[in-house]
Amino acid sequence: MSDASKVLLSGNEAVALGAFEAGVRVAAAYPGTPSTEILENLAAYPGVDCEWSSNEKVALDVAIGAAYAGRRALAVMKHVGLNVAADSLFYAAYTGLGGGGLVVAVADDPGMHSSQNEQDTRQYARFARVPLLEPADSAEARGYVEEAFRLGERFDTPVLLRLTTRIAHSRGPVRVEDPSPLGGRGRPAVRDPRPVPDPHHRSAREALAALANDPGKYVMIPGNARGRHPVVENRLARIAEWAETCSLNRVESGGGSLGVVSAGVAYQYAREVLDDASFLKLGVVWPLATGLLRAFAAGVDRLLVVEELDPFLEEALSLMGLKVEGKRYFPLAGELDPATVRRGAAQAGLLTSEGEPEAVPGLPPRPPVLCPGCGHRPVFYALRRLGAVVFGDIGCYTLGALPPLSALHTCGCMGAGLGNLQGALKALAGEEEGEMEGTRGRPVAVIGDSTFFHAGLPALANLAYNQGGGLVVILDNRTTAMTGHQDHPGTGRTLAGEPGPALDAASVARSLGVEQVTTLDPYDLEGFVAVARGYMTSGRPAVIVARHRCVLQARERRPAVTAVAEACNGCGVCLRLGCPPLVREGSVVRVEAALCTGCGVCAAVCPRSALLAEGAIPS
Amino acid sequence: MMEADFILAGVGGQGIILAGDILAGVGLQAGSDVKKSEVHGMAQRGGVVTSHVRWGRRVRSPLAEPGRVGFLVGFEALEAARAASYLRPGGLAVVNRYRLPPPAVTAGEAVYPADDQVAAAIQSRGAALEWVPAQEEALRLGNPAVAGVYLLGWLSGAGVLGQAVAEETWVDVLEGLVPPAHRDLNRLAFRQARAARTA
Repeated sequence: MSDASKVLLSGNEAVALGAFEAGVRVAAAYPGTPSTEILENLAAYPGVDCEWSSNEKVALDVAIGAAYAGRRALAVMKHVGLNVAADSLFYAAYTGLGGGGLVVAVADDPGMHSSQNEQDTRQYARFARVPLLEPADSAEARGYVEEAFRLGERFDTPVLLRLTTRIAHSRGPVRVEDPSPLGGRGRPAVRDPRPVPDPHHRSAREALAALANDPGKYVMIPGNARGRHPVVENRLARIAEWAETCSLNRVESGGGSLGVVSAGVAYQYAREVLDDASFLKLGVVWPLATGLLRAFAAGVDRLLVVEELDPFLEEALSLMGLKVEGKRYFPLAGELDPATVRRGAAQAGLLTSEGEPEAVPGLPPRPPVLCPGCGHRPVFYALRRLGAVVFGDIGCYTLGALPPLSALHTCGCMGAGLGNLQGALKALAGEEEGEMEGTRGRPVAVIGDSTFFHAGLPALANLAYNQGGGLVVILDNRTTAMTGHQDHPGTGRTLAGEPGPALDAASVARSLGVEQVTTLDPYDLEGFVAVARGYMTSGRPAVIVARHRCVLQARERRPAVTAVAEACNGCGVCLRLGCPPLVREGSVVRVEAALCTGCGVCAAVCPRSALLAEGAIPS
Repeated sequence: MMEADFILAGVGGQGIILAGDILAGVGLQAGSDVKKSEVHGMAQRGGVVTSHVRWGRRVRSPLAEPGRVGFLVGFEALEAARAASYLRPGGLAVVNRYRLPPPAVTAGEAVYPADDQVAAAIQSRGAALEWVPAQEEALRLGNPAVAGVYLLGWLSGAGVLGQAVAEETWVDVLEGLVPPAHRDLNRLAFRQARAARTA
């Protein structure tokens, strides 16, 4: 029997729906997998002012400002984004919001599907003394947004809403009322904004006036902050009391003597594998309802925690003096899934192991690659030819690290490469002149355009100010490509689709004090090499803005490159580009025309003129 | 209400996410609880894309489990082989007769598995294999992008699914999810495939 009132939403779409229904007025984010679609969806609802901020810290400050002004505000980021925004989370925890609501939705990426590390955001809740809610499916993701705002407004605190990849990017049924605010594919289709929830009956102007009269609460100079710290600690204790009877924590009694404490998607895996256990399913993951946990533990013979990443709950339960097992059986590193939980349960003697099917051996891998025609490819090819040591960054261009390009040598976090470059140059400065001939072995930094505006600006200012002598290549594809083509300060368009001033990376670099700045199209491989060689050996700071619009967005197509089999000697130089349409067939290379965008970079590198491109190199 | 797990496996850009959405929508329409999961992000730059769709009375995990999946929808032969360990004995794989060589193969450093190796990977799981001319038929219809919907049409007519869910349920969901300009072509591809399978 069908149920027309149910729609399938991803966790991210569900959070957006929940935020709209909760009357959120301001939402800000920097894109980051797996969190990106929250703001993309929320922006389509009426009455919510949504922005792509230049980074997560700015996004959180924007949301805090709106909450200070008495409205409900949402900040969204991926787990590592919260590192960038951590300073702001901590001051907001001290000041509180004074009647406005602030929810920070953070999506962790266990398994690192699209991340540089596995971080457990639950640690930030304990660290910053703020409550954290964690939904276990799309329906909860939607409902927990309102719950989070109520909790935060009641106790005057920011609230973390933690998602993980398998919640954010899984679809499940969500019941919507009639008339539905959603149209086809779960997309927003509603005209009227939701009213502002306003328990204090204050305008934004009145809220700000109240803030201005309360410096002891909002001006975190030492004398005031000392007064706030006990408030924060006391608040957390009161929230823990509230959590004891909160309906978001629930006991599901099973028949057996085993009790499982779990939350989020780990709860779903455990519930599926250990079906007859009793469960304490936590929605309020921090602070913990210790009385509830003790009572649950007392009612079972064996207590197990199933949780992804850190032993967060397990440690807290151990500190309470409870006899509990967890990471002994379930891995700390990597993503959980039903098979992993089944394996752990078998190790714990709770199930008999059934043996698992083995992966099919000997299949060639299929790593992600830069797209055919991607403007990053010639840059990496050129940097490799120049023998540069390349400090990298976060984005599609990190794929330049993979063979055959193998031309990106570090990837740490947003903006890191520029500072790394400067430090490496300082270290090199002590070495004998002449040991480094030409460009070989010299460090270079590459950073994407969106990443440059995110975390590159202070680092480039530092490079110019401290007279670092290196080359920074800004890989400017006019978008935030990796996360699905979001706008940023350089694109001249906001999330709302409004035109804005497009910051020009070259002008910005000049005004930060870099004198050698060139903008070029990297399809002009030789042009790039010439400029890069000069800059790398100049001893002064330099920036190349390598600008070519993301091919996925531009969808530009020139006639495919033609391979002349008679001229090809199979040397394989073109294959070092790692471009998908170039296929070795017997002793020659052919071009898979359907995949080729005709960029002509392969024709430029072919020493035998066996690859012919039509008018691809811009003059 | 029907209980079934599906794995859709292929390469970024093949329309796997849409096909998964259709499959999930059909399950919901047919009265099942449904969950669906896949990974976005780096996987889509020509990498492997795997979508899990689960129908059941009460679906807990959004991920299906290796060795327990009834239906594998292979959008590409190599990726079908890679996902074969998900199949349970008695399961069914419908696989697009289509090869997209990965970089190691195009560079001449690795060999693409032969059809009988792909078949062996699936059959060693105790599952049945049906090769589907989805790419060929999609090209004949004028757009390779409908190969995924052709595969779904084939799947819809296969085994217990054919009896469990009516053709019109599939078509309704399909029409709700495909952009209006592409509706006719997708409906045609679906119906042709289902007819070819059930003929």
